[in-house]
Amino acid sequence: MNALVSPNALQGTLRPILSARSVSRYYGERIGCAGVSFDLWPGEVLGIVGESGSGKSTLLRCLSGIDRPDAGEVLFEATPGADFLDIFDLPEQDRRHLMRTAWGIVHQNPRDGLRMDVSAGGNVGERLMDRGDRHYGRIREAATEWLTRVEIEAARIDDRPRQFSGGMQQRLQIARVLVSNPRLVFMDEPTGGLDVSVQARLLDLLRVLVRDLGLAAIIVTHDLAVARLLTDRLIVMKDGRVVEAGLTDQVLDDPQHAYTQLLTSAVLAV
Amino acid sequence: MSDQPEMIRVEAVSKTFTLHNQGGVHLPVFRDVNFSVRAGEVLVLAGASGAGKSSLLRILYGNYLPSGGRIEIRHDGAMVDIASALPRTILEVRRRTLGFVSQFLRVIPRVSALDIVRDPLLARGVEPAEATERAGTMLARLNLPERLWSLAPATFSGGEQQRVNIARSFVDPSPVMLIDEPTASLDARNRDVVVELIAEARSRGSAIVGIFHDESVRERVATRWLDITHFRAAADAA
Ligand SMILES: Nc1ncnc2c1ncn2[C@@H]1O[C@H](COP(=O)(O)OP(=O)(O)OP(=O)(O)O)[C@@H](O)[C@H]1O
Ligand SMILES: Nc1ncnc2c1ncn2[C@@H]1O[C@H](COP(=O)(O)OP(=O)(O)OP(=O)(O)O)[C@@H](O)[C@H]1O
Ligand SMILES: [Mg+2]
Ligand SMILES: [Mg+2]
Repeated sequence: MNALVSPNALQGTLRPILSARSVSRYYGERIGCAGVSFDLWPGEVLGIVGESGSGKSTLLRCLSGIDRPDAGEVLFEATPGADFLDIFDLPEQDRRHLMRTAWGIVHQNPRDGLRMDVSAGGNVGERLMDRGDRHYGRIREAATEWLTRVEIEAARIDDRPRQFSGGMQQRLQIARVLVSNPRLVFMDEPTGGLDVSVQARLLDLLRVLVRDLGLAAIIVTHDLAVARLLTDRLIVMKDGRVVEAGLTDQVLDDPQHAYTQLLTSAVLAV
Repeated sequence: MSDQPEMIRVEAVSKTFTLHNQGGVHLPVFRDVNFSVRAGEVLVLAGASGAGKSSLLRILYGNYLPSGGRIEIRHDGAMVDIASALPRTILEVRRRTLGFVSQFLRVIPRVSALDIVRDPLLARGVEPAEATERAGTMLARLNLPERLWSLAPATFSGGEQQRVNIARSFVDPSPVMLIDEPTASLDARNRDVVVELIAEARSRGSAIVGIFHDESVRERVATRWLDITHFRAAADAA
């Protein structure tokens, strides 16, 4: 409970950046997620936890505009002070544009977020070109800076992602997402599938970046230690529904719901 | 003292744990706790092991949920009810007003002792150079060898970790400080430093609620006592 408190944690901001209202998605008869509502404020990091199959990825896919919910809405403030947009009311093309510019999505598998046949520098630079930047020198400079920031040597700028280790690929994906200066980042199990030592390095990097950039983020994880380290707030999901929500250290240290008590007691020390 | 502002106001606070996975058993801890603490006071919580001292302190921090009651903390000149505040409000109150000193340091991978101590200063907008200097001064006061400052505390001894934790908490004492057994694994020399730090925070106007196993520490720092066993009886009888 001594988690470092972010200096950017939300002072002076009066409105949420994202608002989920009764978001539901079904797979035939089966519930993916149902009736999920919450507000996310600028600079806030929200964790979504719950066991396998509880609907975390389904919810994240709806929130991040990848899958359309069957009911409910996802409202987003695209630029500070702008009106809320219902992202699924937007024409497909506008939603795609929003997803590439105002948001970042970090996939669990770096292959889903990277272009494997394009150089590391190209992967990062491409996002700047999406935003309309055409100045080659400036793009390469920004790409170099971001590679360094995620602890990839600048000398490897022309290597392809398949020449990188899993941890490096994940760091490259993060650089590709953050270079375009998103207001909101979605991450699905960002440290899944990595060795514990590689995970620790990535987590520390994420912690520092989120804090320094004052990002709002939504992070799906089944790892409560990751949730404790990175998030301000948690929602706990079971069978597609939110069973408990609150301040991260409070939910983990004094869980109220039977399911959360089970989840926290199944782990030795978080 | 009574001309100092009330910093903490606890009204009718109760706590019962419900252990859903152990047959739904209810564990009443205390009921109807009332007290207030003014700037410059040190309220020491007393009571046997298991009486609920740590639970009460955690409730004041927003780390445990009370089963009922209000916990008001003066923040930016207004009272904020921690029991009903939004998470982001609690985080903001913690960042600028409310500090918790626990017995154990929560180690963050790859972060050095010096950075851990500097962090609260940076979070409050102090310039990096000044923050480094103040952090170093604090670690030196707590007799942490300088060769350890740049290392991550994961490999430190229990007492060394505890001193890093104390340095972090006292490098810029919060207006309200909650302290749970800060001296448990310290030697007499470092215990004395902690007593000094508490006295200094108090004279700067911090309102402090603390739990101290060591009787001599307790007697040296306390300005008032609260025995929470008294409230436990009420919970048991209910
Ligand atoms: N494309 C799909 N078609 C049918 N059912 C699906 C589909 N995707 C997910 N589901 C089902 O929806 C439920 C929620 O799945 P989801 O992937 O959101 O879980 P999760 O919490 O992310 O799990 P994990 O931790 O294993 O990734 C599960 O019962 C799953 O089987
Ligand atoms: N998160 C929790 N979940 C369930 N029960 C808890 C929890 N935290 C504390 N308790 C119980 O509440 C009671 C009071 O514990 P607490 O730690 O507050 O006592 P204490 O007075 O600080 O004791 P000590 O002097 O031994 O530290 C104990 O019975 C304890 O088991
Ligand atoms: Mg998933
Ligand atoms: Mg205790």
